[in-house]
Amino acid sequence: MSNLHTPLHAWHVSRKARMMPFGGWEMPVQYAGITSEHRAVRTAAGHFDISHMARLHFTGTDALKLLETIFTNSVATMKDGQVRYGLICREDGGVLDDILVYRWPDSFLAVVNAANREKIEAWLERHRAGLAVEMEDRTFTTAMIAVQGPNALEWSTGLFADDVSGLKYYHAMPTQYRKQPCIVSRTGYTGEDGLEVIVANTQAVNLWEALFARGSLPCGLGARDTLRLEAAMPLYGHELTEELNPIQAGLGWAVKLEKGEFIGREALRAAASVQELPVRVGLVIESKRAAREGSVILAEDGTTLGSVTSGSFAPTLEKSIAMGYVVPKAAAVGTKLAIDVGGAKLHAVVSALPFYKRSVAAAEPANTPTLG
Amino acid sequence: MNPIDRRYAKSHEWVKLDGKTVTIGITAFAVEQLTEPTYLELPKVGKELAAGDELGIIESVKSTSPIYSPVAGTVVECNEILATNLSPVNDDPFETGWLVKLKLAPDATLDALMTSEQYDAQLASEGH
Repeated sequence: MSNLHTPLHAWHVSRKARMMPFGGWEMPVQYAGITSEHRAVRTAAGHFDISHMARLHFTGTDALKLLETIFTNSVATMKDGQVRYGLICREDGGVLDDILVYRWPDSFLAVVNAANREKIEAWLERHRAGLAVEMEDRTFTTAMIAVQGPNALEWSTGLFADDVSGLKYYHAMPTQYRKQPCIVSRTGYTGEDGLEVIVANTQAVNLWEALFARGSLPCGLGARDTLRLEAAMPLYGHELTEELNPIQAGLGWAVKLEKGEFIGREALRAAASVQELPVRVGLVIESKRAAREGSVILAEDGTTLGSVTSGSFAPTLEKSIAMGYVVPKAAAVGTKLAIDVGGAKLHAVVSALPFYKRSVAAAEPANTPTLG
Repeated sequence: MNPIDRRYAKSHEWVKLDGKTVTIGITAFAVEQLTEPTYLELPKVGKELAAGDELGIIESVKSTSPIYSPVAGTVVECNEILATNLSPVNDDPFETGWLVKLKLAPDATLDALMTSEQYDAQLASEGH
């Protein structure tokens, strides 16, 4: 099966981006280079084509009920215009996806990982049986662009019909771009401040070039990956899978056991009281050599403790960092471990997460979740 | 274009002969495919390598790649500059970004390696 193309595909190819398949789409990995794109986001601003992310729209009197049933975080307590991170779990607590839910006065939007779009649509179809809820997949009629970095808001000034600078973190508003409806949210997946914008397909190239003209650097999925790794945000398929539960992943804050019934609640309640399963940790490696997904994590005496789920040289930190799962007794910050990278053993230390945290602006509440 | 004064391996290393010694590096194409190097591991001086042995490891943000020795010999020198700065490999892989020098093994030759013309043709046939 050939890969899907976003409305920006031709732009990426014309600018000689290196393209690769990702989640069923052909996406840009890099334009100028991963390191320079990464640094642009940390020091100024960069923009990403994230149109591959699935956008599902829900209406109907039972839309809230459906979302409460399939989402681990609370939807009922959300205010209009609020955005919330959470998981979709199986009955046994295994993670089917991590998603964002947007609440509007009469509808909801869910932003779902590209590779999970069909799986989640099927899951929702199954659970909406008998409920008054309509689900519309808007992935193919809209595009999504993230603009991230300390200058992201300033460089977005005046682009939209409404002033978006007053948006609070993890809030969204409907507005217009060139007289066409769009949605702007103060969200992201880089550890920086910024916006994510959903526009009609026909507006995607225009918005992309407008951001470029204002100084924002086009960035590929390579930089998106190193940025999210430094910010210790989990990536589905790596830190999150159907074989792992959100408690192990350190996402217990996005699981509201007391909100009422939802799929996976009993399993997650049990998981929250058992401390035996491997848990997600951050690792800082005492060399610039990278540990890669699948590398075995060992104790100093050679006992296997777990494995790496993501690893890379981190451009901001100028260190090699990784995330992985280890048995709880080896998860304490400061624990010394070894990572087997095909023969060679790298020394590593369990580190507090996130590896990188931006200095928080005064206007931003300190206790907002930093995951997206 | 690839310099004509040396030979090339299929795995994108170059070898330049100077008497009984060869200088080995990776090609501009290899660097472009790899993207900016972030880590390099080279052998110790004195190490004996057969043709095709792993000579070192080079990493970028996205990937880890072995570097193979195209010829048999003994390591006599590593490019010291690269211990602290990998930009010569990125910016000038055919000259200041060389990796190691080998004293050729007694029977070793470069005859089995590609000429620059043949290597250009390999890249073209791979669609680059």
